[in-house]
Amino acid sequence: MQYLLSILIFFPAVAAIMGFIVHKDSMRMYAITVTTIEFILSCILWYLFDSSNGGMQFMEFIPIIAEYGISYNLGIDGISLFLVIMTTFMTMIAVIGLTETRDLKNMLITVLFLEMTMVGVFVSLDAIIFYLFWELSLVPMLYIIGAWGGALRIYASVKFFLYTFMGSLMMLVGMLYLGYVYYATTGAWSFSLADWNMLLLPYNMQMWLFIAFFAGFAIKVPMVPFHTWLPYAHGQAPTIGSVILAAVLLKMGTYGFIRFSLPLFPDASVSMMIPMAILALIAIIYTAMVAYAQEDMKQVIAYSSVSHMGVIILGTFALNVEGIGGSIFLMISHGIVSGALFMLVGVLYDRRHTKMINEYGGIAAVMPRFAVVFGIMLMASVGLPLTIGFVGEFLSLLGFYKASPLITILAGLTIILGAVYMLVLYKKVFFGPVTNEKNKKLVDIKGREMAALVPLVALVVYFGVYPKPILEPVDNSVKQLVQTMYVKSVTPSAKEKIAEVNSIGEAR
Amino acid sequence: MVEPISVDLVSLNLTSLAPMLIAVFGALAILCIDLINKNLHKSFYVMLTVLFLIVDLGAVIGYSGATRGFFDLMLIDGISILAQIIIIVASALFILLALSQQRFHEYRYPEYFALFLFMVAGFQFMVSSDNLILIFVGLETASMALYTMIAMHNRDKSLEAAIKYFTMGAFAAACFAFGVMIFYALTGSMELSQISASLVATNFEPFPVVLLGVVFITVALGFKLSLVPFHIWAPDVYEGASSAMAGYMSIVPKIAAFVVALRFFEIFVSADILWVEIMLYILVVITMTLPNIIALVQEDIKRMLAYSSISHAGFVMAAILLGTTQSTQGIFLYWALFMFTNLGAFAMLWVHRQKKLEGYATDHPFAKFSGLVKKSPMTASIMGLFMLSLAGVPPFSLFWGKMYIIGSAINADYIVLAVIMALNSAIAAYYYLKLVVYMFLKDPISNDKVEFLGNANHTLKTVIGISALVTISAIFFINPLLEIISYYVQVSGF
Repeated sequence: MQYLLSILIFFPAVAAIMGFIVHKDSMRMYAITVTTIEFILSCILWYLFDSSNGGMQFMEFIPIIAEYGISYNLGIDGISLFLVIMTTFMTMIAVIGLTETRDLKNMLITVLFLEMTMVGVFVSLDAIIFYLFWELSLVPMLYIIGAWGGALRIYASVKFFLYTFMGSLMMLVGMLYLGYVYYATTGAWSFSLADWNMLLLPYNMQMWLFIAFFAGFAIKVPMVPFHTWLPYAHGQAPTIGSVILAAVLLKMGTYGFIRFSLPLFPDASVSMMIPMAILALIAIIYTAMVAYAQEDMKQVIAYSSVSHMGVIILGTFALNVEGIGGSIFLMISHGIVSGALFMLVGVLYDRRHTKMINEYGGIAAVMPRFAVVFGIMLMASVGLPLTIGFVGEFLSLLGFYKASPLITILAGLTIILGAVYMLVLYKKVFFGPVTNEKNKKLVDIKGREMAALVPLVALVVYFGVYPKPILEPVDNSVKQLVQTMYVKSVTPSAKEKIAEVNSIGEAR
Repeated sequence: MVEPISVDLVSLNLTSLAPMLIAVFGALAILCIDLINKNLHKSFYVMLTVLFLIVDLGAVIGYSGATRGFFDLMLIDGISILAQIIIIVASALFILLALSQQRFHEYRYPEYFALFLFMVAGFQFMVSSDNLILIFVGLETASMALYTMIAMHNRDKSLEAAIKYFTMGAFAAACFAFGVMIFYALTGSMELSQISASLVATNFEPFPVVLLGVVFITVALGFKLSLVPFHIWAPDVYEGASSAMAGYMSIVPKIAAFVVALRFFEIFVSADILWVEIMLYILVVITMTLPNIIALVQEDIKRMLAYSSISHAGFVMAAILLGTTQSTQGIFLYWALFMFTNLGAFAMLWVHRQKKLEGYATDHPFAKFSGLVKKSPMTASIMGLFMLSLAGVPPFSLFWGKMYIIGSAINADYIVLAVIMALNSAIAAYYYLKLVVYMFLKDPISNDKVEFLGNANHTLKTVIGISALVTISAIFFINPLLEIISYYVQVSGF
């Protein structure tokens, strides 16, 4: 199983190409089978993964452009392992729950290609290959939003593409510069992260490079004020597009911060701690308020995504093991929960073809099972203890408490504000009398929808109660990351700060 | 009494002329065959041309190291070999497009193919010399043939295009001649190497005269490379010429002019003459940015591609400004990849060519292609592929060229330029995406008069297939390609 990662990346792509031959009536089953095999493969990866080892595993290395130091370099550690599993899992669930009927074959082929790029992003250890998958993921998403979306779909998809594309080009400039710095220092070209991690960069250069990478990652996350593409993309995307976008694509940005920005630019990360936290704080509070004001269910969840991504950023820039570990856990949990919420909205949309909150009311009486599932997901989204949402949010906030108690307290509003807009949404949609005649005959979830949603509920509860299977490998890798940061920081003040926020002494 | 001049034939080194002679011989052979039999089908001439090009290519590849000949007029060095390879391959692909399904006026004349080979020879001369007079002769031979070939498309717009191109080209030629004259007056030589030596010796003084000379040559090259503000002819000419011809014009004349520009500006860039660098910098930035913005609002795909080609030329011109070995490699890498992608894109328009397209002002409006994926998924996908590659989405071919040139800008400490290049790529993505959006995301318009693939047959499909294959599998051959390029560039000392 030495090439397991390559298999994981290219299996969906090969399956997608072969999918052109499969007859369109059998396509759904084909896609479900493929994504399930992919998920099982990722589970095998987890089984073979050595949790006690915080370093890279399953490494693969093939030079591609030797002249310029670009190589096909893969590897996985505790940080990326669960993101990969979450990706394959959510893709599988999204495909199982798919209710789209128009051009189903094209859509499923596109989703399979998208899965390839998503897995590729999380396991690439070479900057250019990372960039390759990163950019390539835009194309299938553009097609999904643009071809199956709502009325404004073309505007939304083009905005999504251009916004992200521009940010990533800045990141590419940063990557090429870093490659050049490596060449200037060592005399050999390399874009491999492992090589880059040996570089000690002067502070000024770190700042500039941090900004270049920030352009790519912050737009993807998205962080306020670069979030404006997201509500459109979510609002217009079909259900499966929203699910994958929220569950996986947004995580690429935060993953990028952890994989690239923190270890490569430790001093810049320390200086940017508070500015990033303030941006995150604005995201948390402002978008939560915006979410409250929305009349469209999907927009509420879209804005709540931005808000929760703020918490993830906050945890990441706590720069300690709790914070970073928590933010990684929150990425997983947010992927599951927001994916589930978008799917639930999709379920309603399929029945009524509207996402407006005021069209609903009293749904709990008509669709009790649906209301229960929605309720559980809602609680997880808010961060109720014993649900999956609580663990990550708590750890992220706990981590940042050591850096700045004030910001953390303000950020804690996320739980309160989240509860406000989510519960109001729940009240308006599910409680009260059934006012709209059309809602009286709605069918409760069953069959395929049930099959897609039940595993999500099970995960939400299981990992809420017992998060250790995820936290332990994450912890080991994050400890290494923090140590790298500590060793690599060039200014004494940054070193001190990293040591200080890691009070338990992981850094030393 | 004047001494009789005796020249030893060996000292002429006739083999240095071999590739061009093959092309010229081919052209003459076509004319002779036409005298004997007037009823030959165009496919005969196309294949004959391709055969001569293949022999030509073989002769070019045979060289190694710098070969001089003909009283030092000829200089076949590494960059000349690279440029000739690009010219010949692009020419061979282009001429295959003449085997179109529909019948066109120009292909009825064997002279068209003779002119074509003369043009190829002209471009080969242009890149294989560092003597300004021979460069001039090559340039004019090629351009004259090109003007005629455009006009032979025989539509009002083509005639307009040919005349426009001719007038502009004549003006550029005059500028070139004037520039050459000034440098001859200054240094007493036509050879770029000697001009360089004596300019360095006089420390680039007197400044006003050198400035004048540089400006004239820049204007002349600017016309050929369609640098802003000398680009105004380009969109009209591209629109008037047939799509295949437009694709050809966006590649071959430009690589020839790039080589001349490389040889010429090398003198100044390597001597760190600040004002030349500033001038080039401004030229490059405007050439990259302005056409990009104009392309955003185009309604016709061909005009959009014309403006985008100008922008690409600006991108590569930046590599000449940088003047490092890596950037010179970048020029050839970029252009070799651009050749396949851009020629493929224009060929896609060519296969959808319709003699009379009613209801639209131009031949290839965006609107015609809306919803193409529903009617013809394969062509839509391939066209989309070319567009994404032109936009620089990895792993398609042009991304690697872009990356390499941006990388070389960074390595030469031109960070701002690198950022401008990156931003321009982002702007450009919009209009390439526009076509993708039309093809994939919009609904097809119900218009019976619009037909697709009207001009397609197996030959054209093969050419497009090759281009698409190169575009999609670039990641696997970038390394060997770079090795070849860097070998040739290094032996020629750039």
